[in-house]
Amino acid sequence: MVRVSGPLVEIEGGGSLSMLELLAVGPRRISAETVAVAGTRATLQAYEYTGGLKAGDVAAPTGGELSGLMGPGLLGGVFDGLMRPLSTAPMWLAPGRAGSAEEQTVVAREWTFRPEAATGNTVYAGGILGTVPDSGSVVHRVLVPPGFSGRIDWLAPEGRVHALDPVAVVGGRAVALSEQCPVRRPRPFLSRHTGSVPLHTGQRVLDLLFPVARGAAAAVPGGFGTGKTMMLQQIAKWSDADVIVYVGCGERGNEMADVLHGLSELDDGRTGGKLIDRTVIIANTSNMPMMAREASIFTGITVAEYYRDMGYDVVVIADSTSRWAEALREFANRNGDLPAEEGYPANLASQLASFYERAGRVTTLGGKTASVTVIGAVSPPGGDMTEPVTTDTQRFVRSLWTLDRDLAYSRHYPAVSWTGSFARDGETIGAWHAGNGDPGWILRRSRALALLAESDRLAELTEIIGLTSLPGRERITLMGGRLLREGVLMQNALSVNDGFCSAEKGAALLDLVFDVVDACQGLVERGVAATTIEQSDFGPVLRAREETPPSDAAAVRARSSEVLQRLVALQ
Amino acid sequence: MTRPDADADGSALPVPPSTGFAALVSHGDVRELRGPLLVAGGIEGVGWDEFATIDMDGGERRHGLVLEIDHDLATVQVLESTDGMSLGGIRIRFEGRPLHIPVGAGWLGRVCNGRGEPLDGGPPIAGTATLPVSGWPLNPVYREPPQEPVLTGISVVDGLTTLVRGQKLPIFSVPGLPHLTLATQIAAQATSGGRSFRVVFAAMGLTHADIAYVRDRLEERSAGGELVLLLNAADDPVIERILTPRIALTIAEHLAYAEDHDVLVIMSDMTSYAEAVREVSAARREIPARRGYPGYLYSDLATLYERCGRAKGHHGSVTIVPVVTMPAGDITHPVPDLTGYITEGQIVLAPGIAARGIYPPVDVLSSLSRLMRSGAGENRTREDHLDVAAQVLAAMARARQATELAELIGAGALSETDRSYIQYRTSVEKGLFNQGRDENRTLDDTLDRAWEALSALPENELTMVSTAFLKRYLPARDDRS
Ligand SMILES: Nc1ncnc2c1ncn2[C@@H]1O[C@H](COP(=O)(O)OP(=O)(O)O)[C@@H](O)[C@H]1O
Ligand SMILES: [Mg+2]
Repeated sequence: MVRVSGPLVEIEGGGSLSMLELLAVGPRRISAETVAVAGTRATLQAYEYTGGLKAGDVAAPTGGELSGLMGPGLLGGVFDGLMRPLSTAPMWLAPGRAGSAEEQTVVAREWTFRPEAATGNTVYAGGILGTVPDSGSVVHRVLVPPGFSGRIDWLAPEGRVHALDPVAVVGGRAVALSEQCPVRRPRPFLSRHTGSVPLHTGQRVLDLLFPVARGAAAAVPGGFGTGKTMMLQQIAKWSDADVIVYVGCGERGNEMADVLHGLSELDDGRTGGKLIDRTVIIANTSNMPMMAREASIFTGITVAEYYRDMGYDVVVIADSTSRWAEALREFANRNGDLPAEEGYPANLASQLASFYERAGRVTTLGGKTASVTVIGAVSPPGGDMTEPVTTDTQRFVRSLWTLDRDLAYSRHYPAVSWTGSFARDGETIGAWHAGNGDPGWILRRSRALALLAESDRLAELTEIIGLTSLPGRERITLMGGRLLREGVLMQNALSVNDGFCSAEKGAALLDLVFDVVDACQGLVERGVAATTIEQSDFGPVLRAREETPPSDAAAVRARSSEVLQRLVALQ
Repeated sequence: MTRPDADADGSALPVPPSTGFAALVSHGDVRELRGPLLVAGGIEGVGWDEFATIDMDGGERRHGLVLEIDHDLATVQVLESTDGMSLGGIRIRFEGRPLHIPVGAGWLGRVCNGRGEPLDGGPPIAGTATLPVSGWPLNPVYREPPQEPVLTGISVVDGLTTLVRGQKLPIFSVPGLPHLTLATQIAAQATSGGRSFRVVFAAMGLTHADIAYVRDRLEERSAGGELVLLLNAADDPVIERILTPRIALTIAEHLAYAEDHDVLVIMSDMTSYAEAVREVSAARREIPARRGYPGYLYSDLATLYERCGRAKGHHGSVTIVPVVTMPAGDITHPVPDLTGYITEGQIVLAPGIAARGIYPPVDVLSSLSRLMRSGAGENRTREDHLDVAAQVLAAMARARQATELAELIGAGALSETDRSYIQYRTSVEKGLFNQGRDENRTLDDTLDRAWEALSALPENELTMVSTAFLKRYLPARDDRS
């Protein structure tokens, strides 16, 4: 070792190292990864605190790449960016902790293996070998790992096994219960699907206006306090995915405790267990080593791909990708790389792409349809949406949910801006809804977007000419915009009734607003004064979301007829 | 290395790594001096992040931290600056480990400089153990979500942006406003429901007049053995400020987790701290991110602010109130911006409100305590607290609109309701927000004042509070029908 500057370590005179190779550095054997090789010199990125490393210390190659041990036991667990379990780690995270493959609490734990194949069969990567019934809320499938194929020479009988025990011998090679997966390489699959199937998030403004397809990528940019974390936590709780991977990347420790406690208390309606049992938490908070933060994003997506390959729909949530990009920048700067914008390395865009492009709805090697949906928060400095991470991210995502500071400050949550957001798959998702029993979805969405735009335009006009100068028809439109914003788009995450919203209730709330607007327009046409209409009590419309149960569309429709009757009486 | 602070349940306070650091090494070969940096040559066996003691001919002693090791060169950041140094006549002793300080109750009642050396004429601080000042990250699995309030006796804080045990809640201000007065008042008055409460006050870059004010105002708490004062004055070495908050937090963590106190750490002014970080970065010729601040400022600030919290199996807590003055009042400046991204809310002071003679001049609409919902309300403070706070804020938003409208079209043209909002604003600012600099209000007093202010509004405007609370708390008004 010849040079140490924070996480940057340079070594000299070593044998041939390959890029991405993992080394154990110094007397405490902290992990570091090869990021540049030049002759006999190599640059390493250390994943832990490098205090005490000296010129002359030795860096020993481990022969492997940065990887994580994937197997039963991930669901419900909390891991750091290097996939080391935190649930069993000490209170203070001093450097030099062992990886999960050496961690006693991981390797000593017993699981039930139930074979689902037969000795003598020929199998290929992705084929099923057996299941582990006692791991989390989804059936854990043990698959033939990528790169393996051939005859099953031996298969473990039903019984108790440990993470590193072999459960089969395939084509002469042993397959262990758990698999060491390199995190920087995407796990292989057969083919990508076209066509969109929506992910139901339970958040109305997303599901009704800016939906995201399973296997797509979405980003949530917003300044501090605009509600990024809250929104991501809501999606972790309520979206209809099979497995959630929540990556806390350079954010608050208290929030990770929040996610852990919150999900441990909530029931999973589909399994009867707790929501935490379908969730893997990767926690690399802002005060944990910066380079492990860089790795945590890839660790998280690799966990997601691991479950995708079992045939599940997985959502990876990363809060915040900006902190990950900062880790990239920090290292690039120390390495003397030529900076592009705001100090970020010139390859920022391709690095972001290497993350978001791992999203996809695919046919797995085992022939199942499954998906990885990626949702990342973006934290623009100073709320400046023109900064490089935000602008580059916008190019790679299918859905963009921009959070607006003014909306957040006026306590309009979730503060998703209807002018600054998009859903590139809106139309194909509309087609899916049409084919799945809701032909009205497309029309509802376009009408809602039009109403928002029109009422925004009128609101600006009103500031100049005053409300009373507007024709009655336009005053109703203005009022309709308010009903739509406050009665449908706003959603209180802390409320039992309103925190989650079913597709049917969401549709019913939108219809309620449209019906009321139509009725009011009818009244205006028949000569009723706009002021009279404006002064009638729209409380039942605005409170419907809070006062009806999360999946009760019928209760919303009942309100509709009640309100409409009262309006008719104004005539 | 022993684990002197291992407590009952076996989890220990941060201890330095047991291996990896060399023993004491001494050098006299100084190759370069640049800004706060010193480059020593011919070194061997010196580790990254080691602490160094620098002896100059003439007997002066300075201190430094190793920022980089490159072959036989070590770059050292000199805390007291390199002023007056020359390439010859310097001996550097590398301590073989990062900076450690003694910790324990010995700090209480003491007044020290920004490096922890006594200014009060007393002996050097003796501790029950020594710990590295940078600490270790708290395992997130060990964190207990913050739940109980820290009451400050200041209405606008307790009532509307409740501080919670284990929270980090900054004060955003601009030069010239009484943020230091407010921070000092919080330090003087804060309590946590009868539990043992301690305060560590870290001053960075304060003027001597300000320091005198802080010392004087906190005299009582200091004499009672509840306070640690670390003072780095405006004319003290700038680089020393990088150390001051770390020393404060190391003392605080020990008091919280080894001695079960609720500890409040005030850090004022974080903008001065960040300037010191920027100065070192510039001297190292690092590539800046925004406005000359290094790209790692976020992570650097996080390693300070994230040291707040509560931990499983421990009774104590660390609560942090940093003070950030926003240069030119710009909230998008990197220091307030990055602080806001890390902290759990913010208390914002505004010149316009100060100009109306209100102390503390908190802009309640831009202020937020993100943890308030878990630290206030039934079983925490009072059953009506969250409702009444939401109502006061909603009414303030409406009152602001009404005031703006009145400026455009004249108060006479306002509706009666709007006029009542303008009246409400006056009564809430005078009755609830405005408070004496030494005035310590109970929470009941604060909430009752909030109700009193709300009674200026027609009752049907109070939609955010339940009818049960209206009945119980809203003061009767003669002219109310
Ligand atoms: N959907 C919501 N319902 C209720 N409150 C919300 C909602 N979204 C955000 N908030 C409020 O905004 C605060 C900040 O949200 P957060 O998600 O932490 O912001 P960010 O991650 O963007 O900094 C929260 O503490 C909460 O008070
Ligand atoms: Mg957040």
